[in-house]
Amino acid sequence: MAELIKGETGAWEMVIGLEVHAQVIANSKLFSGASAVFGADPNSQVSLVDAAMPGMLPVLNEHCVEQAVRTGLGLNAAINKVSVFERKNYFYPDLPQGYQISQYLYPIVGKGFIEIDMPDGTSRTIGITRLHLEQDAGKSMHDQHPTKSYVDLNRSGCALMEIVSEPDLRSGDEVVAYLNKLRMILRYLGTCDGNMEEGSMRCDVNLSLRRPGSPFGTRTEVKNVNSVKAAQQAIEYEAQRQLEILESGGSIKQETRLWDPAKLETRSLRSKEDAHDYRYFPDPDLLPLKLTDELIERIRKTLPELPDQKKHRFMEQYGLTAYDAGVLIAEQNRAEYFETVAKSSDPKLAANWVQNELLGRLNKEGMSLDDSPVKAPALAGLLKLIADNTISGKIAKDVFAEMFTNGGDAAAIVEAKGLRQVTDTGAIEKVINEVIAENPDNVAAFKGGKDKLFGFFVGQVMKKSGGKANPDIVNELLKKKLS
Amino acid sequence: MMTDLTDLTITEALSALKAKKFSATELAKAHIAQVEAGRHLNAYITETPEVALKQAAESDKRIAAGQMGKLEGIPLAIKDLYCTKGIQTTASSAILKGFVPTYESTVSQKLLDAGSVTLGKVSCDEFAMGSSNTTSAYGNVISPWKRNNGDNRDLVPGGSSGGSVAALAARMCMGATGTDTGGSIRQPAAFTGTVGIKPTYGRCSRWGIVAFASSLDQAGPFARTVEDCALMLEVMSGHDPKDSTSAPLPVPDFTKALTGDMKGLKVGIPKEYRLDGTPAEILKSWDDGIEWLKDAGAEIVDVSLPHTQYALPAYYIIAPAECSSNLARYDGVRYGPRVEGANLRDMYELTRAKGFGAEVKRRIMIGTYVLSAGYYDAYYIKAQKIRRLITNDFLEAYKKCDVLLTPATPSAAFAIGENEDDPVKMYLNDVFTVTVNLAGLPGMSVPCGLSADGLPLGLQIIGKPWDEATVLRTGHVIERAANFVAKPQAILKKAA
Repeated sequence: MAELIKGETGAWEMVIGLEVHAQVIANSKLFSGASAVFGADPNSQVSLVDAAMPGMLPVLNEHCVEQAVRTGLGLNAAINKVSVFERKNYFYPDLPQGYQISQYLYPIVGKGFIEIDMPDGTSRTIGITRLHLEQDAGKSMHDQHPTKSYVDLNRSGCALMEIVSEPDLRSGDEVVAYLNKLRMILRYLGTCDGNMEEGSMRCDVNLSLRRPGSPFGTRTEVKNVNSVKAAQQAIEYEAQRQLEILESGGSIKQETRLWDPAKLETRSLRSKEDAHDYRYFPDPDLLPLKLTDELIERIRKTLPELPDQKKHRFMEQYGLTAYDAGVLIAEQNRAEYFETVAKSSDPKLAANWVQNELLGRLNKEGMSLDDSPVKAPALAGLLKLIADNTISGKIAKDVFAEMFTNGGDAAAIVEAKGLRQVTDTGAIEKVINEVIAENPDNVAAFKGGKDKLFGFFVGQVMKKSGGKANPDIVNELLKKKLS
Repeated sequence: MMTDLTDLTITEALSALKAKKFSATELAKAHIAQVEAGRHLNAYITETPEVALKQAAESDKRIAAGQMGKLEGIPLAIKDLYCTKGIQTTASSAILKGFVPTYESTVSQKLLDAGSVTLGKVSCDEFAMGSSNTTSAYGNVISPWKRNNGDNRDLVPGGSSGGSVAALAARMCMGATGTDTGGSIRQPAAFTGTVGIKPTYGRCSRWGIVAFASSLDQAGPFARTVEDCALMLEVMSGHDPKDSTSAPLPVPDFTKALTGDMKGLKVGIPKEYRLDGTPAEILKSWDDGIEWLKDAGAEIVDVSLPHTQYALPAYYIIAPAECSSNLARYDGVRYGPRVEGANLRDMYELTRAKGFGAEVKRRIMIGTYVLSAGYYDAYYIKAQKIRRLITNDFLEAYKKCDVLLTPATPSAAFAIGENEDDPVKMYLNDVFTVTVNLAGLPGMSVPCGLSADGLPLGLQIIGKPWDEATVLRTGHVIERAANFVAKPQAILKKAA
């Protein structure tokens, strides 16, 4: 369970809640028809609405609504059939309207939960407080001119989902597990690409310390946490900072702090007293958003098998451990690859090969699964040769290396290179006789009780046969010859 | 001949154009001359004679080809709150000085598509906030009317659509567009002897019209007759997918509604509109109206709108709240004049301090205050509850009647400078009109006679949601019975 921090005055517990901003995968913006595709030239994807020209009005993009509902269903959450867009008012040049259209009192998605998997194999349930839709701001660029700032409005008005967790997280490791699982779910659903480094998933960390079992302490909010690693670093830093204050008898100031990834520290952005009064009120340009049961059910029917469901199915159907299943479902295409291979081979063998040989090699080469030169049917073909004793597991690794480098079909490579396993007992017996003849001392020692030397003989026979001798037959014959 | 052209109604002009008695170009030229002659009234902020002549020439081609639009060749004035493609649009504010939209508002586009001719952009109160057209950054608009009691002071045309009605009454256009957030169409119509209708909220698209208070703003037409108004409204109405609050309803043939009688209709008279201190001549005009409708076959019923007294306070919370947010976009960053500052905050403050006038600042501050943490529930939420009660009042009343008749304003037009000392006194001008906006209902002002000192008075007709047809039918009956033929002194002087 929760890992406690040992202070000089006793143990402390971290209490963490996350607010994750996830960019919705959509062709156009939340309230305008402008393209929401990233990487275009500055201010080339800005409609009159996005630039807040006089008299312009927002029109809700239904696709974004469906994406939010889809995400809500994927988070096991209640979908609110009536939700309200409100205006969050503040001035900033990258916010052309002078307000952000967001949801406040009535979000589109209510309470839900996700299960997180810890490295030690245990799982925890983390509550989701809500998910709401809102507009993204534009981007201010302060490095383009010595005295002026530039504004790029391409991102202005793009749809974001703000996903708020309950304060259920108790350690940096849990936060990492939560972010990974959330990202995995969003990717499975196709509602956010989850690339934190590219900013399509951003995170604010609310953290406080308390004595175990005590009520929550005063929290700080840390903004600008833009990677899973940064989340872990920021939590470590902020927990330590709060610990030092509390241990020396001080109290935590409720404030918003900024994570500085260069200096690896958080620093105060604004205190509670300076907090903006956003003057939320329902946006009079938009009617309350009403969802029908039909729409919700239609979306529910299109949900893919989600990570946890898939994981449990893999464990049941293929007899995998929780760990193996967890690794294999981490990416949708990985799970799909595994299932293609497992269909025609021993599932456990398939799980081992996908994880160790395939992913290991891809990782070493810095390649993604989609770029793998060895496709799933080809790997299945290789594993079939192991299963029917055509080649040994060891030879299979060489064949795999060949397939990875030069491509080709496993059976063809085995034939061409003459790697077929020797199962002819006469041939193997001949080799064994040679080995026994060449090592009279070891034979004597073995017979004198040095049982461990058996491995030596197996090794010698395998070596002499170029690795092609069937290990089972070698074992059997050796036992006879040496007895 | 040319001066006579400016005195025609839209309907008369359309049949004359069709009969080729004169051309659209001649009609446009007559009005352009009148616009020039009436410049002392300061009704127009931007005159567009070249645009008008070009459009008129195109109208003439279509007329020749027998392809007349519903408003073919009719010269109109467009309130400067409507964004007009290629023509400066200021909302009568310095903060939009020089702003030329690259787009045309949905409603003004519909008018253009019907063949109308744009004479220019007319003044209004700044961002439509006012009841006198004295808050425009481009100067006061002067009413073409004068008192006949020797008081020669210039009068206000009403507001916020003051430029629209001053131009219309002074024959500087045949019809005009307005917007009405709390009475900005009906009060100026009443002050200038013109007809103006604010349709049901959602009947006309708000897309491309500079927003004041989004949940209350509605576009509507002004003309010199009810029939002309009906014709313009028909063109201006209709669902617009670009405005989420516009209604996906078909537009009725409004001119067909003008039957000339009131048979089978019940007219409600709300007792709460009989305010203490209302001038006798206003009450008399109301009584006249009741008699006229009775004569035309209407049944008169007494109704009660018990929450009327809370309407004005609720309005002056909701409208400023929305305005404080709607006007946040005028920050000098993307368009409009910018005042550079030492830093960002400084730039915002200097730009907005210089760009907005006193009344706009007052409302932004009220709106910001009522939305602030700690005050929101006491003001904004409470005002919304009152709004609901007021709407219920009307729906309850409409169980007993089809349409309501009330005075349009508590007085005739006042002199420029009067009421300026006390904002609340100025806000009281809207006492009969704001309820209609809060409930989203259609409302119309029709001239019904002159005050003792010779100034126009108007009666207000309030309808059920989406029932502009009955409002227009009732207004038409009043118009006929009142036989309002008085003309403003500015015209008479010129004719003489």
